[in-house]
Amino acid sequence: MTRPDPDALLRQVQAEARAAQRGELKIFVGYASGVGKSFTLFDEGRRRHKRGEDVVIAAMQPEVGHDVAAAAQGIEVIPTGNVAGVPVIDLPAVLRRHPGVCLIDGLAYDNPAGSRHRKRYEDVQEIVEHGISVLTSINLEYIAEQQEFVRAVTGAAPADTVPQSFVVSADEVVVVDAPPAMVIEERNGDGVALHARLAQQLSQLRERALLLTADVVDRHLEAYLELHGIESSWGTQERILVCMTPRADATAMLASGRRNADRFHGELFAIYVNQPSLSPQDKIANERNIKVARAERAQVDVLDGKDPVATILHYAREHGITQLFVGHNLRRGWRSRWQGSPLDRLIHGAEGIDVRVFPHR
Amino acid sequence: MAESPKRGRLKIFLGYAAGVGKTYQMLTEARELKDKGIDVVVAYFEPHGRKDTMALIEGLEVVPRRTVEYKGSLLEEMDTDAVLRRRPEVAVVDEFPHTNVPGSPRAKRWEDAHVLLDAGIDVLATMNVQHVESLNDQIWQSTGVRVRETIPDWVVRQADEVVMIDLTPRALLNRLERGVVYPPDRARAALQNFFREPTLVALRELAMRQTAYTVETRHHPGEEETPAPAPAATAVPPKERVLLLIEPNPESAALIRRGRRVADYLQADCLGVYVSPTEDLRHLSEEDRDRIQRHLSFARGLQVDTRVLTGEDIANTLVTFARQEKVTQIFVVRQQERTLRSWFSEGLVQQIVNLAQDMQVTVVADRSTRPGGA
Repeated sequence: MTRPDPDALLRQVQAEARAAQRGELKIFVGYASGVGKSFTLFDEGRRRHKRGEDVVIAAMQPEVGHDVAAAAQGIEVIPTGNVAGVPVIDLPAVLRRHPGVCLIDGLAYDNPAGSRHRKRYEDVQEIVEHGISVLTSINLEYIAEQQEFVRAVTGAAPADTVPQSFVVSADEVVVVDAPPAMVIEERNGDGVALHARLAQQLSQLRERALLLTADVVDRHLEAYLELHGIESSWGTQERILVCMTPRADATAMLASGRRNADRFHGELFAIYVNQPSLSPQDKIANERNIKVARAERAQVDVLDGKDPVATILHYAREHGITQLFVGHNLRRGWRSRWQGSPLDRLIHGAEGIDVRVFPHR
Repeated sequence: MAESPKRGRLKIFLGYAAGVGKTYQMLTEARELKDKGIDVVVAYFEPHGRKDTMALIEGLEVVPRRTVEYKGSLLEEMDTDAVLRRRPEVAVVDEFPHTNVPGSPRAKRWEDAHVLLDAGIDVLATMNVQHVESLNDQIWQSTGVRVRETIPDWVVRQADEVVMIDLTPRALLNRLERGVVYPPDRARAALQNFFREPTLVALRELAMRQTAYTVETRHHPGEEETPAPAPAATAVPPKERVLLLIEPNPESAALIRRGRRVADYLQADCLGVYVSPTEDLRHLSEEDRDRIQRHLSFARGLQVDTRVLTGEDIANTLVTFARQEKVTQIFVVRQQERTLRSWFSEGLVQQIVNLAQDMQVTVVADRSTRPGGA
C-alpha cells in the first residue's frame, strides 16, 4: 500500500462534509414519455414513506395514470402554484416544511417570469442544498446537450431544457427502460399497430439514454475508485490507444480506431512518443498524423520518455486502455539488441490489454 | 384457434445482480398480460423467500416442476414437456442461465426455453449481464467474480426484446442490509463477496452498455428505409472477417469469447481453426485432445465457424487459410513466458505477425490475472 495522498484525503473529507449538509439528488432518466418514469419515482416514494421516511410531493405531472395516482396516494402534497398555466413549485413552503425526501416529477420546466429561479432545476438545487433529498425525473429530449441528437432523430425537441452537467452531477441516476412497443401502446392505447418508424426513432433514443447513463455510472465508478485509492483497470468501457510513429500507417490505424471506438461506444486515444534526431520527412509525417488523429476526434498526447515501450504501457495503464493499436513497423524501430524487438516487448508487457498489429502500407 | 407455426417471442429482463427486481418486474408484466386475457403460466419461478415477489405469483397458474434424483438428493427442474402439453400463450421462465441436473434432456434452461419458443410459446425470462458468455473474462477481470453459468451471446442477441432493470447499487445494498434479498447470514456473506459497491457499479454499467448494444443491433441492420441516424456515417468500411487460432491451452477459451465479442460488435464473420500437424489428433496427449475438442465445441456453441486444418507449419497454414478466406483480422493468444529457447527462435506469435503483413493480428490480453482490484 502506498501512503495516502493528502490531496485525496482532503477531497474525501470535503466530499463527506458536503454530503452531510446536502440532500441526495436522484434522477430517473427515460428516453421518452411513457416508459414509466413517474411510476418508478412515486413507487420509490411510496416504499420510502411506508418505511417511515418523511416524504412529500412537491410536483406531479398535470395528467397521471391510475398506477401513478395509486402509488402517490397517502403521501403529503405541497401543491404547486400556478402562474399563467405553468405549475411552479412552492419553494418557500417546501423549505419551511423541510421533509426528508421531496418528490418532483418533471425536472425540465421553465418557471414564469418573476419566479425566484428561472428554471425548475434551480429550485431543485436549492432544495437539495437545504439538506432535503429529491427524487426527480427527466426525459432525454429535455437534456440540452442531447437536443441536437433528438432533433436529428425525431425532427423536434422541446424548448425547456436542463443542462447535462446538472444531470451528470446527481448523486444517483437511474435509467427507466422499456421496449418501444410498450411506449407506443402507453401513448395510443391497446390495439394500435406498432408504427415501424416511431419504433425505430424510439430505439435510437433508448440506446442514447442507456449510453448516457452508462457514462454517468462510469464517472461515478471512477470517482469511487479515486476516493478509495483503488487503482485498477476496470474494463467496462472499451478504450482504444493508437500508437503513432512516423513510419506507421497512422491514417489507417486511426480510421479503424475511430470505427472500433464508435462500434463499442468507447473512447479513442492517440499518442506519439518523442524520438530524438528525426529526419525532416519524419517530422512532417508526425505533424500530419497528429492532425489526422485530431480529425478522428482522438484524445491526442505527445509524450517524452527514454523507453518508448515503457512510456506507451504506462500511459495505457493510466488511461484504462483495453486495446492497443500498433503498426507492423514497430518490429524494427527502437531496436534494442538485448530486449528483443519493441513489438515483442510491447506484447509481452501489455498483459491485460489486447494488442492489434496493423499491416504495412 | 388454429395452430400457428410462428416462433414464440423471447423477452429478457436483464439485471446486474440478484435483488435488482428482475423477477418482480417479469411477474408484474405476466399479471398485466393475464389481466388482458392472455393465457400465461409460470413455467419456472425461484421465490428466494422474497415476500413482494411471492405475493405477485398469487393468481398465476404455475406448472409443477419436475423432480429429479441426482446423487441421492431430490432436485427440481422446469418441466418443459408439461409446459408444452399445457400450451399457454406465454410462459414465465425465471433464472434463464440455469444449468440443468446432469442427465436432463437439455443441458441448459435456455435450451428448454428455446423448445418452448419453437413450439410458438412466448417466453419471459430473467438473467444478469454477467451471464453473457463473451463478458465472462471481462467480468472476472474487473470484479473478481468468475461466473459459471453462461449464455451464448447469440441467444441474447436474438431475443425479441431486452429490457434493463435498473436499481442503484446503494439502493440494492440497502435492500440487502434490510434482508429483502437474502436471509441475514447469506446477506452478510454476499456483502463481503459479490455485493461490493465498485463491483456492482461496474456490472451495472456493463448491463446498460449491453442493453444499448442489443437495442442498436435490433434496429439498425437491414432496415433500408430508415432515416440516417444523427452521428455522421463515414465511408463504408470493408466487411470484416475474424479468424481465431484455437489451441489446446486454457487461454483459448478467453480468446474465443473475446474474438466472438469483437466480431459481433464489428458485425464481422467469425471463423475458428485448430491447426493440427497430423491428419488425426494422435500427436496430442489425451488431455490436450480433450481440451481442443472442448474448445471447438465451445466455439461452435457461440456460432463460430470452426475447422481443423492440417499442416506442420502452424503459422504458414494459418495465414494461407486466412488469405484464402479473405480474413481481415487474426486473433491469437499471448505467448507464455519466454523460455531460453525462444530467445533464439521466433515464437508462434512473431511468426504469424511476420507472415500476415497484409492483415491485422490481435494478440488477445490475458484477462485471467486481475491487475489491482478491490
